[in-house]
Amino acid sequence: MSQPAARAAEPLAAQFQTNPPRDVPTRRNTELVLLGFAAFIVTIALVLVEANQEQQLTWSIVWLGLAYLAIFAAAHLAVRKWAPYADPVLLPCVALLNGIGLVMIHRIDLALAERAAQNGKDYTPAVTAQVLFTVISLVFFVVVLVVVNDHRTLTRYGYTAGLVGIIALALPALLPSSLSEVNGAKVWLKLPGFSIQPGEFAKILLMIFFASFLVSKRDLFMVAGKKFLGVELPRARDLGPILIAAIACIGILVFEKDLGTSLLFFSVILMMLYVATERIIWVVLGLSFFVGGCVIAYNLFTHVQQRVANWLDPLATYDKLGGGYQIAQGLFGLGTGGIGGTGLGAGRPDMVPEANTDFITAAIGEELGFIGLAAVLMLYLLVAMRGMRSALAVRDTFGKLLGGGLAFTMVMQIFVVVGGVTKLIPETGITAPFLSKGGSSLLANYILVALLLRVSDAARRPAARPKPQPQQQAPIAEAHTVLVQRPPADGSAQG
Amino acid sequence: MNTPLRKVGMAMLVMVVLLLANATYIQVVKADDYRTDSRNARVLYDEFARRRGQIVSQANGEVLAKVDPSNDKYKYTRSYVDGPMYAPVTGYYSINYGSGGLERSEDDVLNGSDPRLFVRRLSDMVTGRDPSGGNVRLTIDPAVQKAAYDLMTQRNYTGAVVALEPKTGRILAMVSTPSYDPNKLASHTSKAQTDAWNSYVKDPKNPMLNRAISETYPPGSTFKLVTASAVLEDGKGPDTPVNPAPNTKLPGTSVTLENYAGEGCPGTTFKDALAHSCNVPFAEFAGQLGADKMKKTAANFGIGQTDLTVPMKVAPSTVGPLDSQGALYQSGIGQRDVRLTPLQDCLLAATVANGGMAMKPQLVQSVLAPDLSTIEDYSPTELTGTAALSSSNAAILKDMMIASEGFTKGGGKRADIQIASKTGTAEHGTDSKNTAPHAWYTAFAPANDPQIAVAVIVEDGGNRGLAATGGSVAAEIGRAAINAKLGGG
Repeated sequence: MSQPAARAAEPLAAQFQTNPPRDVPTRRNTELVLLGFAAFIVTIALVLVEANQEQQLTWSIVWLGLAYLAIFAAAHLAVRKWAPYADPVLLPCVALLNGIGLVMIHRIDLALAERAAQNGKDYTPAVTAQVLFTVISLVFFVVVLVVVNDHRTLTRYGYTAGLVGIIALALPALLPSSLSEVNGAKVWLKLPGFSIQPGEFAKILLMIFFASFLVSKRDLFMVAGKKFLGVELPRARDLGPILIAAIACIGILVFEKDLGTSLLFFSVILMMLYVATERIIWVVLGLSFFVGGCVIAYNLFTHVQQRVANWLDPLATYDKLGGGYQIAQGLFGLGTGGIGGTGLGAGRPDMVPEANTDFITAAIGEELGFIGLAAVLMLYLLVAMRGMRSALAVRDTFGKLLGGGLAFTMVMQIFVVVGGVTKLIPETGITAPFLSKGGSSLLANYILVALLLRVSDAARRPAARPKPQPQQQAPIAEAHTVLVQRPPADGSAQG
Repeated sequence: MNTPLRKVGMAMLVMVVLLLANATYIQVVKADDYRTDSRNARVLYDEFARRRGQIVSQANGEVLAKVDPSNDKYKYTRSYVDGPMYAPVTGYYSINYGSGGLERSEDDVLNGSDPRLFVRRLSDMVTGRDPSGGNVRLTIDPAVQKAAYDLMTQRNYTGAVVALEPKTGRILAMVSTPSYDPNKLASHTSKAQTDAWNSYVKDPKNPMLNRAISETYPPGSTFKLVTASAVLEDGKGPDTPVNPAPNTKLPGTSVTLENYAGEGCPGTTFKDALAHSCNVPFAEFAGQLGADKMKKTAANFGIGQTDLTVPMKVAPSTVGPLDSQGALYQSGIGQRDVRLTPLQDCLLAATVANGGMAMKPQLVQSVLAPDLSTIEDYSPTELTGTAALSSSNAAILKDMMIASEGFTKGGGKRADIQIASKTGTAEHGTDSKNTAPHAWYTAFAPANDPQIAVAVIVEDGGNRGLAATGGSVAAEIGRAAINAKLGGG
């Protein structure tokens, strides 16, 4: 796997020999400026929320803005130290999304607290935990940057990652509901003190497994197996592990009724298979299976039928139990927001159930309008495209597959979330990376970005200057006799 | 590997473009549909932050519905003076449950979005004032409303009272009991709202039903005013002899139709028949006139109109199919399939009082700007455009109704006010002989210069049960309303 990298390095090396190497700009200062810009936007957003909600305007907002800046400045310093050539746009984009998410969660907190107060209940704001999760996630982000100092080392743990990933995915399904179910979704692991969604982490672990597996077996895929309908299929034993893993994890997710995540897994596996084999037939086959699977699922499961009915006309099933109420409320919010939005803090995003998790993009669409929603989508696209560029530029195939997979995951997640909220596809309920409330999602996506930064660092790092070629050795038989001086007995080097 | 990666990159771009296109469709193309959907309570929330217009009564501008400043996020609370008394008029305005009654039908004026208020809104926008809604002045006379409502609730009656100004169709009173308190629905405490709403909708007496315009009842003998009008228009005079027999067979059946209490009619003329409310003569008259003439007269009174609004929608009244002689006989005395709203029943008396021409009932007198300057005054219009009976026949029927009033018992009679009236005791239900009848009273006064027409229905005989009659139960309330208008209470 390392030979393509070596080959790719050659022209560069040749270039450096004619033109002496100059310092490749690291663009770390660009990153710092962009982070400052993100902090500015987030602070302004917070001020707007407070003003529109008629909260007391205090200096604490400025302190919050500065604290936000400080957290990300620390992350920036870590990148500067451990991934100096990493893409300078990724971290600021992520920081901005994270900041917008925090402001939105805080804004929905205000509304929910008010509602709770009216009903004489207490409300614990969700934003405090989210800030804490942000700090924890950034710590892990730095840890990943430090520990994985070269993404290629991950290939060594490919199978381990795959096994752990599958176990993590299956654990909530195997555990009793009391340990794994929150609000009807059996995708949790309830530990004393806190809960995590292992699926979020399995996403990354399995991607590492698929990438390393596909890279190690890449040549075998190219070997033609049986021909079927004019299509060359690889041999079953080559494809076996990946098919088993894919079917296992999608099966588990279907069992857990986590349709959004299974859609995500399925598409990422398909995409990696396509990139590794360079054969579009995999995508065609996969999509055919997918359509078939959808038809079967539709006929077998009532909850799938319900989702489809809610998707086709959420207003018709508005009043039914498990009907289109949530989607309809989201659409009402998006419609009320219109092009320019109601203004931060001036809308009613809290009327949509789960406004701060699955439906946070509806809240953004309502208060910031189409313009705001489009801006957020562009941020995701920017992260994904920058990631994809790194994957293109990186020299090793594992890096290409992993980087491509990570970048694609970012877009796929947002496609499932926003597509579900805006009625493009049936609503399946996953979180929007960095925006939604939820520690597991935040942590997993920060790890994802850390890996992406690692890949981009490798992609942009100037090739190490070729080591001076050792002198061509003559065959031993023709070698001159060389007089070797015995080292002095006291061991000290002689001039 | 770079080629497929580039293609995946393109696919990612396409996915985001799809999302953007779809978001454009939702937020730009379909935005108005979603924004204005009745289930989108955001619009209501916005309105609660605006200064909603007032609803005021006719005479001295007594305020029925106003807004009070509130310290929470909604800025204003809707409050109703004498909420339950005026609930059938004002309706309600609730964060959780939307709006009803006049609050809904005059919503555009009250919330300020009516085009007639446009110039003012524009100046509000320029001056940065909080936009405020226009006001609505009603035709309601508080004295009449109060007299009728107080008596209905004192007696614990379920029913409705409607009073009209016969010459203009202005609604002077619209009472429905039992009623509900719209203040509770306008509460900013969600729980108080929910509790109130649940208690109202679960109440078997259905307090939120506006019985005056949204419910139809068999009118019983008050419908004889329609039959009598048709008879007079057919050329017969008040002295036309009638069959005084205590009962008659319905043609084509073995069923007998009898007078009240199975007695013979005390008189032998058409006039006596109305005065004593004998059933047999009117059934036979209806049979002789035939369905076409009956339907035509009824239509000229406004019965059968399906699109009447005051501006709240009024349930359509009907005379039924009238497809056989038996049906005609029974319908001639206001039974079988005849169903009138109390408002329509009031229109019967009002039409006679107005010389035979029905005037369109209206509840809104004028639309006022936020500063109370008049923007639009509503002028009286004719309801059907065709007189139900000629003015000379109306005068004859009036005299017959004065005679009827003379034989009508019940309290509230005053020597100084001459009333022309008709009572009704309407059988209903599947076992009509053993179900307490609805008691009706429809009247106008003073007979020679009608200022007020009134209709009263007390469901299920009020407190008299099977023995109830229109005279003994309903007349007292109708007279109280008339006295409130004419005699200063």
